Amino acid sequence: MIPRSFQYAAPRTLPEVVKTLRKYKGDAKLLAGGHSLVPLMKLRLSNPQVIVDMRHLRPKLSYVKTDGRSVRIGALTRHAEIEHSSELRRVLPIMPTAAEWIGDMQVRNMGTIGGSLAHADPASDWPVVMLATDATMVAYSGRTRRIPAVKFFQGPFTTSLKYYEVLTEIVIPKPPPNHGWSWKKFERKAGDFATVNTAVIVIPGKGGRIERASIAVGAVHVRPYRATESERMLAGKTPTIDLLRSAAEKAAEVAEPTSDLRGSAEYKREMVKVFVRRALVEACERANLIRPQVAEVR
Amino acid sequence: MARRAGGAKAAGPLSKVSVRVKVNGVEYSHEVEPRLLLVHYIRDVLGLTGTHIGCDTSNCGACTVLMKGPWGDEWRAVKSCTFFTPQADGTEIITIEGLARDGELHPLQKAFWEHHALQCGYCTPGMILSALGFLKINPNPTREEIKKGISGNLCRCTGYVNIVKAIEAAAKEMREKGSWI
Repeated sequence: MIPRSFQYAAPRTLPEVVKTLRKYKGDAKLLAGGHSLVPLMKLRLSNPQVIVDMRHLRPKLSYVKTDGRSVRIGALTRHAEIEHSSELRRVLPIMPTAAEWIGDMQVRNMGTIGGSLAHADPASDWPVVMLATDATMVAYSGRTRRIPAVKFFQGPFTTSLKYYEVLTEIVIPKPPPNHGWSWKKFERKAGDFATVNTAVIVIPGKGGRIERASIAVGAVHVRPYRATESERMLAGKTPTIDLLRSAAEKAAEVAEPTSDLRGSAEYKREMVKVFVRRALVEACERANLIRPQVAEVR
Repeated sequence: MARRAGGAKAAGPLSKVSVRVKVNGVEYSHEVEPRLLLVHYIRDVLGLTGTHIGCDTSNCGACTVLMKGPWGDEWRAVKSCTFFTPQADGTEIITIEGLARDGELHPLQKAFWEHHALQCGYCTPGMILSALGFLKINPNPTREEIKKGISGNLCRCTGYVNIVKAIEAAAKEMREKGSWI
């Protein structure tokens, strides 16, 4: 499969990237790792007139940095670099764990977190993690704009980025060291996009209670969503398996899955209940809020 | 005349791009259409047909090559069917043709032979280069880790059991020899 022909530019600086994007309006596309865009172009589902390759920006935009308050990840950081980051394993383990589940080794060696987020496939993994961790996307267009994850994902393959804006960085507030977390991805075959994916962060409070929980769900709606009703059910409560099950059922009410090769809508809604419940149980276990459960409960 | 993309003069978008790569130790320089896929460049322009095209949709891994370059400091396995040739400018590439040394097979090639890790052989070049890229990341893997490591490569004949055995054996030999390539 061969894409339509296009013109190619590989600018050296961000201002040059923005200049090219402005010049060609919607007809120019940014190329990061290419593992979403190249397949689309080969299938001729996307036919940009101009490709703006970001490869020369990699030294500037590929990093994982942490300070006392936040984790900052450069947009051109590859999935594999997140997967193998010992710093992230320590402070934000949901990130490298989710990275392990993206595509396969070769895909993770090329694909970037920024490319994946800007592509905004409703079944992809990073948007769900971004929602659960309250991430902020940093966009550059000559000036800098900060977009919270809940406002970033607008719909299938649609973000709030303007055509002349470049996603440069992801900023995630550092959760306390005793936070509980879980990443659950249900896939039909190894390396597939999710049938359902969910990210959960649980911050433990005093006296064995949940201070707050964040629950994000993907692949079963036009965009990934936060299960805010479920989160409210859990805030300030001592978790029990029944409570976690009810919260998971509530999260499934928001889902609007479509029937496709990965399953019927009814099946997927059931799977939201199952996987959100498992994620909540695991996150509460890790936050030492409940005892480790036997396999069938989890 | 096409100029070098992204050169000092900050060229605008171009319809032809000059690309320099080092493949199996040999330097090449060509003017290419930017839409030329790396796997087609390797096969049709360089004539190295050991790199195969299977699914052409980044699923099967038959087109896997190893790459090292300005975008990263380590050899990494990548799928060359999901790669525009200009993205490879300035990189080094190893294909299956570049593994044997002075007529002696690479430990992975030998192990695939000894453990009968192939039948039709179509997936083998990609499988071996994926295994090599994986062992660069994890030189002493468990069987489970090997299975995960090669999950981006499909084999429709062997059932993978002998492939995993071969990779395990080769990893051992490579660790003992202390050499990777």
